[in-house]
Amino acid sequence: MSHDLLVLDAKDNVATALRALQEGECLEMEVGDSTSEIAVLEPIAFGHKVALVEIEVEQPVVKYGEIIGLATRKIARGEHVHTHNVEGLKGRGERT
Amino acid sequence: MKFLGYRRNNGKVGLRNHVLVFPTVICAAAVAEKIAREVPGTVYLGHQHGCGHLGEEREHMIRAMVGSCSNPNVAGVLLVGLGCEMLTAELLGERLREAGQRVETINTQAMLGTEEAIAKGAELAQMLLDEAKSVQREPVEASELMVAAKCGASDTLSGLTANPATGAACDILIGQGGSAIFTETPEMLGAEHVLAKRAADEEVRRRIWEITSRTDERIKAMGLDIREAEPGPGNIEAGLTTLAEKSLGAIRKGGTTPIVEVVDYAQKPSRKGLVIMDGPAHDVVSVTGMVAAGAQIVVFTTGIGTPVGSPIAPVIKVSSNSALYERWKGNIDLNAGAILDGQETPDTMGQRILQEVLDVASGKLTKAETLGHREFAIHTIAPTV
Repeated sequence: MSHDLLVLDAKDNVATALRALQEGECLEMEVGDSTSEIAVLEPIAFGHKVALVEIEVEQPVVKYGEIIGLATRKIARGEHVHTHNVEGLKGRGERT
Repeated sequence: MKFLGYRRNNGKVGLRNHVLVFPTVICAAAVAEKIAREVPGTVYLGHQHGCGHLGEEREHMIRAMVGSCSNPNVAGVLLVGLGCEMLTAELLGERLREAGQRVETINTQAMLGTEEAIAKGAELAQMLLDEAKSVQREPVEASELMVAAKCGASDTLSGLTANPATGAACDILIGQGGSAIFTETPEMLGAEHVLAKRAADEEVRRRIWEITSRTDERIKAMGLDIREAEPGPGNIEAGLTTLAEKSLGAIRKGGTTPIVEVVDYAQKPSRKGLVIMDGPAHDVVSVTGMVAAGAQIVVFTTGIGTPVGSPIAPVIKVSSNSALYERWKGNIDLNAGAILDGQETPDTMGQRILQEVLDVASGKLTKAETLGHREFAIHTIAPTV
């Protein structure tokens, strides 16, 4: 598991950074049997997530093969995915 | 697969041989604490409850107190009451005897004040301690173990390394006929469908949906936003974005076997295997509840680092990343960060965790025990009057 990025499930559209990533880095990534390259658009801290594909606004963000939240704006491939562009759906009394 | 444990008269097996000095109400807490100080080797278990419990909370509190005092790691209990409280030493003593526990009681109001209560209490505590010392460890099967799996101060690596490794350890133990329990209902939100699929039968499936939707509805009914507390500020800084993400990582600590039962807070399971306890995510409150439910040992994963232990059960700390392990070697027993470093897989790490469980079960002290971490807090469910 000694890679720069960890993708947990083939359905995932985000990967976890296994070290601090710098803007402009180009990383090789294994999903299932295939490999592809991803350009990191901004610094991403250890343990934080990067988008593997473009994610449209209101579309699901998927990790562990499950929905972890919805994009609150369009997220580009290689962008940092976190609380500034994703929101959870659970325990949201102010939304009902 | 065996370990060396203390076989109790009621058939249960303890990993430690504690004599507790337990105040039945906070008004007797100082007397109890002083008794424990007079008799080195006893364990004082402080809390702020015992009186003014409304409705369901009365039985809930009795269950948590009786469960804590009758955990198999406890050889004997001195209950220190005041006399006029709701949960008296007589009441708790009777429940404990029904559970097969060795118990002595003392009431402060029946004594000539604090000093006599301490003197008399110390005699009783010494007697219980002498009795406990006569019990010897003997080889017992690993199937006698109930491991509590807990994660706290988590980072995004917790769900990738330490939790799946702990889950692998639970899988092996359950394969040997043992049990594992995990809780933190709020941290099942967003992952309830995954858990429900693993229910052993229809009733368990119904209960999983019941406890998770009740937690969600309760928060909604109050017009609150769980994002104020979940994920916590430290979780977010460490890369966890949403509660669902935290939940999906958190449930991995229970492993992959069918969920055989859903119990209430501090309720003893009636079946062997993987059990869910309905309860809060608060670290100390949830560990207290699972130990009261009968877990003799805790495997506690952490990514940011938390020192908490238990006065009753040994707590094994597993770090999710090597950076934490290096910084916190004095607190962390095992490093699942080795998975990221390529030295271990979740399965091999799971075997190491289970071996540590067996070693600690047989008497090896955990870092939290050596450091004297004895945090204890009971969940409250109603306003105290």
